[in-house]
Amino acid sequence: MIIAILSGFIVASMVPILSKLIKGKGSILLPFLPLGLFAYFISFIPKVSNGIAVDRFYSWVPSFGIDLSFRLDGLSMLFALLITGIGTLVFFYTFSYLKGHPYLDRFYGYLSMFMASMLGLVLSDNIITLFIFWELTSISSFFLIGFNNDDPNSRKSALLALSITGLGGLFLLAGVLLLGTSGGTYSIQDLLSQSEALKSSANYNWIIFLLFIAAFTKSAQFPFHFWLPGAMKAPTPVSTYLHSATMVKAGIYLLARFTPVLGGTPEWNNTLIIVGAVTMTYAAIHALFRLDMKGILAYSTISALGILVFLIGLGTEQALLAAGVFILVHALYKATLFLVTGIVDHETGTRDVSVLSGLRKVMMPVAIAAFLAALSNAGAPPFFGFIGKDLIYEATLYLGDWAYVLTGAAIVTNVCLLFAGLLAGYKPFVGALPTQFEKVHLPHPTMWAPPLILAGLGLLFGLIPSLIEKSIIQPVFTSLVNNETVIHIKLWHGFNIVLGLSLLTLTLGAMLYWKLKPSENLMSKTLRFEVISPKSLVEKFRSLFIGLAQFWTGFFQNGYLRNYVITILGFLTLLLGYRLYQGVNLYIDFASLTDLTIYEVIVVIIMAVSIIFTVFSKSRLVAVASLGVIGYAICLIFLFYSAPDLAMTQFSIDTLTVILFVLVIYNLPKYKTFSSIGVRIRDGVLSIFFGTLIAILTLEVLSEPLNRETSIFYAESAYLLAKGKNVVNVILVDFRGFDTMVEITVLVIAAIGVFSLLKLRLKSIEKE
Amino acid sequence: MKTIIFKTASTYLLPLLVLFSIFILLRGHYLPGGGFVGGLIASIAFVIHSFANGIDQTKSIIKFHPGFLMPIGLAIALVSGAAPLLIGESFMTGLWFEEPLSVIGMVGSALFFDTGVYLVVIGVTLTIIFTISETI
Repeated sequence: MIIAILSGFIVASMVPILSKLIKGKGSILLPFLPLGLFAYFISFIPKVSNGIAVDRFYSWVPSFGIDLSFRLDGLSMLFALLITGIGTLVFFYTFSYLKGHPYLDRFYGYLSMFMASMLGLVLSDNIITLFIFWELTSISSFFLIGFNNDDPNSRKSALLALSITGLGGLFLLAGVLLLGTSGGTYSIQDLLSQSEALKSSANYNWIIFLLFIAAFTKSAQFPFHFWLPGAMKAPTPVSTYLHSATMVKAGIYLLARFTPVLGGTPEWNNTLIIVGAVTMTYAAIHALFRLDMKGILAYSTISALGILVFLIGLGTEQALLAAGVFILVHALYKATLFLVTGIVDHETGTRDVSVLSGLRKVMMPVAIAAFLAALSNAGAPPFFGFIGKDLIYEATLYLGDWAYVLTGAAIVTNVCLLFAGLLAGYKPFVGALPTQFEKVHLPHPTMWAPPLILAGLGLLFGLIPSLIEKSIIQPVFTSLVNNETVIHIKLWHGFNIVLGLSLLTLTLGAMLYWKLKPSENLMSKTLRFEVISPKSLVEKFRSLFIGLAQFWTGFFQNGYLRNYVITILGFLTLLLGYRLYQGVNLYIDFASLTDLTIYEVIVVIIMAVSIIFTVFSKSRLVAVASLGVIGYAICLIFLFYSAPDLAMTQFSIDTLTVILFVLVIYNLPKYKTFSSIGVRIRDGVLSIFFGTLIAILTLEVLSEPLNRETSIFYAESAYLLAKGKNVVNVILVDFRGFDTMVEITVLVIAAIGVFSLLKLRLKSIEKE
Repeated sequence: MKTIIFKTASTYLLPLLVLFSIFILLRGHYLPGGGFVGGLIASIAFVIHSFANGIDQTKSIIKFHPGFLMPIGLAIALVSGAAPLLIGESFMTGLWFEEPLSVIGMVGSALFFDTGVYLVVIGVTLTIIFTISETI
């Protein structure tokens, strides 16, 4: 199974090598990758439908409990089949859709990468790997949305989608870590047995909050929905595959997967019901006012995702069954409609529904696919959509107190969705054919066959639900409710209230379609509310944030070395001052100190005089020279206290530093006063404060009891272990040799830095 | 600073100081000294020479860019550290010859390591100083 999942990544990484082949005739070979995977997963159906999950385990980082453990159960099976099945059709479709595109190889690479990540996501049993694959889908989605990377809108949408889904990814990481630590395991299977403990744990609210944010961002739930319409900038195969059929359902998958583990509490159910209901009605109403076919479909997708969240939130067996069926229903008709949109766009050059009409005369097979999908979407019998809609109404009707409100919301949503489906799947194909579209012709069969197959399946599953009842839907249901209940799905339930509601929906939808004609006028009316939409709020927040960041960076990173020094010293002074304010442990035992010698007094006097010279001198050279004198005086102090090695090094370093200073300063213009008196006083005060604090700190060290353990160890073992008598040198080259090694490497890097900075700058100046 | 006295002195100082720096390097394991100080002293020798005679003169004495000393030194330090791996000891184990060599004294991997440090320090110091004085 790991090979099946990784094959997509392998193909993606081979793309740069095989680029010529893919751009030429080889691209027809690529769709056979998802096709093979589809067949591979189909072969597990007998096993899975008998309730046996397929487990594969590969150890990865066992010390952290992270393993590549995969589990194929009913829910994973449904998603795996959708991913590979629709993947196959999309791969074929792309073959014609992007034929001759200069970046076709890249596109297939991203697509394969996405497919593999998505498969990994739905098959992972380990929640850490689930998170990794989750992030990979976000990343591949980013590349695919921004595929037309010379279009600024496309780049902006890609970035928006990445930031929203990436934000969700962070929440997911926090969520799974919390879940893992609370449950004591990272395996979903093992967490299942911890369900009760988790629900009563103190972290429960945090866990579901974090998972919800992750799921809502990924599955475009209100108020995070706005990235999805933008994501429609991607080529149509991407919209079909990622943004309607698979990736956006990852959030749904997450919620469904954790329903048996975490679901069933009021917090879980009510949050999902409210968010799902708001999303489905809000988006469905939005879909009414769009002109762009893709825009209509985007909003109707958001609405459908809302329905799924809503159903999972209801949490009854009836609702979960409806959710399982609706995932499949929606994938079939929505993918079809997207593919059809792609064909219309590809052949006519427009997606504006107020312009398009009569296209059935020039592309009959496409029109058939679109009609079938629109009808399945409408929930007309005998389509699969009818079964889906029935199940939804059944789920909402028997809820007790809130049944009326929730059913009402479901009806409003379904009516709007029906309208949207007709707008995208029916309107462009009926009526008179405008003259500008007369030359339009039917595309290559690899383009019109995929939507036809999908739409056909929507009809087939409706007519013969037994095809998938036992093999696919039952295992999905079992893994959702985690018990042995046997389900039956059928087309005809007899005359009852549910049928009545279905008919009501159909009638209302048809009336709405009759009455409401999409136009620029209507759309512009809704645009007025754009100001308070989550999208524009996020954009305002973003520009505010960028402004703040610019101010902040400009304030601190202004490039003036003196300001950096002031910031560092000022901060340290505050910190040390606060620390000393809290209590100074200053006790100097004068008796234990040695007497002052005349040399020491002289050296200190020399230092003091040099400091005054350095600060007040009018000439830079004098200042540098007196700085050097201070250094040499320190050398002498080292020497007095028997540290000849330190003294030697200090001496040479000081010599070199003075030389360097002279080299630089010699070329500067004559002494000028760059700073005002005020600034100098400020700097002086700060220096005095800092110096005083350091002095106090040094004195404080004296009162600490001396620990000589380390120095005794080195003094004793220097000769025994390292055959050296100079302890300092032995430490440098032997005991701490590795440190020295790294230090000289750092020195080399610094030298290379100086060299390249100065020499390269010189070269660019020479060029000018 | 091209005075005749300084110039004449520097021609004698250069070999003397370099010799002295090698002396400091070799005695480092037993007496004050070592690769780091030795390297600094050698650099000072070259810097004094360049002050008196100009950088081009010094460069013509060294014959190659001092920057090349950096990788050579690093390589020597690395090899001396990795050599014990060959006989199954862990990285940077001190290895010593049985008998002391004449003049140099005891020779061991630490001496090679120190030599590496010595070369790197010369390379780094001269590269930085030469670059700055050439460009500014």
